[in-house]
Amino acid sequence: MFEHIRSFASHFFVTGEPMIYASDVAIVLFLVGIIFTLTYLKKWKWLWREWITTVDHKKIGIMYLISALLMMFRGGVDALLMRTQLALPNQTFLDAEHYNQIFTTHGTIMILFMAMPFLFALFNIAVPLQLGARDVAFPFLNSVSFWLFFFGALLFNLSFVIGGSPDAGWTSYPPLTELGFDKGPGENFYLLGIQISGIGSMATGINFLVTILKMRAPGMTLMRLPLFCWSVVASCIIIIFAFPALTVALALLLIDRVADAHFFTMLHGGNPMMFINLFWIWGHPEVYIVVLPAYGIYSEVVSTFSGKKIFGYKTMVISLMIISVVSYFVWAHHYFTMGASAGVNSFFAVASMLIGIPTGVKVFNWLFTMFRGRIQLKLPMLWTLAFIPCFAMGGATGIMLAVAPADYQYHNSYFLIAHFHQTLIGGVAFGLLAGMYYWWPKMFGFSLNERLGRWAFWFFNIGFYVCFMPQYFLGFMGMTRRVYTYSGDTGWTSFNFISSIGAYLMGIGFLFIVVQVLYSIKYGERDLTGDPWNGRTLEWAIASPAPHYNFAHIPEVTERDAWWDMKARGESLIKVNQRMAFKPIHMPKNSGLPFIMAVFFFISGFGFVFNWYWMAALGLLGVGICMIVRSNNRDSEYYIPAEDVEKTEAALGRV
Amino acid sequence: MKSLWQKGFILLILCLIFLTGCSEKYPVLHPVGPVGEKERNLIILSAVLMAIVIIPVIALLAFIVYRYRDKPNNRAPYKPNWDDSKILEFVWWGIPIIIIAVLSIYTVRDTFALTKPPANTGEPISIQVTSLDWKWVFFYPDEGVATVNYIDIPAGRPVQFELTSDAPMNSFWIPALGGQEYTMPGMAMRLWLQANKVGTYTGKGANFTGKEFSKMSFAVHVKKETDFDQWVKALKNQSPQLTEAGYKQLKKPGVVGKKSFSSYPKDIFHDTVMKNGGKYMNNDWMMKDHSQEMKGK
Repeated sequence: MFEHIRSFASHFFVTGEPMIYASDVAIVLFLVGIIFTLTYLKKWKWLWREWITTVDHKKIGIMYLISALLMMFRGGVDALLMRTQLALPNQTFLDAEHYNQIFTTHGTIMILFMAMPFLFALFNIAVPLQLGARDVAFPFLNSVSFWLFFFGALLFNLSFVIGGSPDAGWTSYPPLTELGFDKGPGENFYLLGIQISGIGSMATGINFLVTILKMRAPGMTLMRLPLFCWSVVASCIIIIFAFPALTVALALLLIDRVADAHFFTMLHGGNPMMFINLFWIWGHPEVYIVVLPAYGIYSEVVSTFSGKKIFGYKTMVISLMIISVVSYFVWAHHYFTMGASAGVNSFFAVASMLIGIPTGVKVFNWLFTMFRGRIQLKLPMLWTLAFIPCFAMGGATGIMLAVAPADYQYHNSYFLIAHFHQTLIGGVAFGLLAGMYYWWPKMFGFSLNERLGRWAFWFFNIGFYVCFMPQYFLGFMGMTRRVYTYSGDTGWTSFNFISSIGAYLMGIGFLFIVVQVLYSIKYGERDLTGDPWNGRTLEWAIASPAPHYNFAHIPEVTERDAWWDMKARGESLIKVNQRMAFKPIHMPKNSGLPFIMAVFFFISGFGFVFNWYWMAALGLLGVGICMIVRSNNRDSEYYIPAEDVEKTEAALGRV
Repeated sequence: MKSLWQKGFILLILCLIFLTGCSEKYPVLHPVGPVGEKERNLIILSAVLMAIVIIPVIALLAFIVYRYRDKPNNRAPYKPNWDDSKILEFVWWGIPIIIIAVLSIYTVRDTFALTKPPANTGEPISIQVTSLDWKWVFFYPDEGVATVNYIDIPAGRPVQFELTSDAPMNSFWIPALGGQEYTMPGMAMRLWLQANKVGTYTGKGANFTGKEFSKMSFAVHVKKETDFDQWVKALKNQSPQLTEAGYKQLKKPGVVGKKSFSSYPKDIFHDTVMKNGGKYMNNDWMMKDHSQEMKGK
């Protein structure tokens, strides 16, 4: 019996690696610490009532943000481990197996569990406020989305200590990921973690598209919509059309793995190429899902910190929509070298280059928004300014990669690695950080310290170029991605060493952000006006942080840049409060169901990972019951009495 | 266009020499065959075209940020409501459209050109390539010999590589000769390459295939025709045979060194393709044999 348990445990838990044992200890201590603190401070009820059951978009946004920052830390540590291993030739710091796991988790986490939730954080925080709405269209669904993401990410990260991490790359190509070559549960963690959080992403896409189409304040026509909202529209359309492809790809591969089917196997009529097609039919639009909202953030920031209207608003909208459509016709450029005919390659090469046109136009429009403006170099603007040259270069190398015959020499080399890090960090991560700094006062009611933020900015930016510029040259030297070591006679040593130094500089930059947040919680400048940047859109018309119901009176919009226009007319929401009587406000009730349902999803996913079908079935049963309970619940809304609204507004000094 | 390429190329060479003091280390930029050269020329062309956009954009950014910074004494004009100019927008829709159009023409032309063997050269030879976990096996159908983890090829003759995999898909890449192509189970895809300069180059697997993927490089010895013939003769006389059992042994996951064989089971490559699902792929475009067209020339 004891033997039995021991052999089970040695497979169930990841063993034999001091670094992982140390992490085990750290994880246990961290959990005990949290449980102790919550119990000691008697905060369990508060946690449940205020956060876990909340359907308030602002709180959900904050939970997304915290999760995304934690995941950025984990993905960043993965990156540093890889760069440490590659700094010198023939290192044994990591062995092949661990290196393969680490690059897999790094890629998956950074795209799906860092960039996506970070964006959703900003969607949640900014979109309803910019629209002049009191919440999203489906607040309950919004909470479901968050908890599915959370438990999907948890399941994925659990593979670190239980069962072993996936190790076939974030693209997870079969037949390498089929049972014949990859028996371990790691790949199952990948499939189920992404699948569960993917359901949440899909729901978020629908939710925000409907919110923007249906919940705008009176007078806010589509052509008066803030550009961030437009970028969310473009992004949501892509989510809705692209995620189903991923869902299908992951589901079929899972069926291959748990039920021994043959969709993507080498033998018995399977075709691995089909997975690769489906994966990239989602995968390429996915990069536009994350980068288009970043464009929206840059548009808001550039206009605000130049004190000037955005240049060429209509062109900005048109180019967003063009990108969201053309993004579906470029996926095969991820495998020009997989035997497609010259005609196919030509089509996808030209389509990929076409994306460069609307993107280039946007860059010029940002530049000319600053032209004849007054540029304030606050943190959000700094990251935006850093974005332009970085993304211009990344875009240029992207067009070079789109030249199909030349791609035969770039494919899977470090040239490619440098390119997509330059677009995803320079384009997306810079935008996320700009957005975080920009909306931070609105979320928490205080600004982040500028000085510490500048240290973070310079470390991160200089580190970025030191890290990734050498990788273009490594590509020309023939260094391929995903190698865990190389020999000294390849001549790759010096560039790899420089690159690793850059990675550490970026790591220091991240630490400065952490210090900046901790310092500012105590000493950060409090925002009492609600409008710390002299903003242009409606979120700056209300108090920071926004009250539960956002707007005591829904504002009337008569112009683009609605709040700027109100200020110009000498109008404000405080004056509206004084003029008009308060009315009861209709709000959604909190609910614990989304959390419980996501827990059942997690249980089911965990069961599938280990082929414990009883557990998988039990989890799905739980999910079904939750859905039935929700469907029969008629008591999901309430009214905030007018007196309470008045009291809250008075406490905020806004009557 | 030629002069633009040359200028750009010289510029890039200067940069590289400045950066490293040695240019031999960049096989992609210093290819030794016509395929690699064509690809290199496209790389340079696209880099130059991109520089035409990027450099002015960065310069413009620096100028604007400096001139319109928010300082009390800044006397530059401030027009907070100026947000539209049809002429300007026309210009910056126009510039990228022209650049992308030019680049597209060259891209499409060379995409089609590279599916055919390099022109005006010697008699083509054929090599069948199978990627295994974690090694490369090469069969020479005309010479009847086989090698593991290295190939010898004659200089100046086009080589038609026929690629498949008897393991997860990999990608067959010899940067100094030209671009790569995937090795896929159940398919036999073709790739033309040629080396004009005698020497030893490195080839590698470019697509991740699991644990020891990093060990999947192989040597490419480019030899004079006569040396190549001698090498074949030596192999035939001195090396062991590759048997079915020997291939099965090779197929087991693991890392091995270089090996040479005097013969191999005749249909082994074809059988491998068929066994892994090749029967479904008979009409596939990439599997068409272009060597017949070549011989007709």
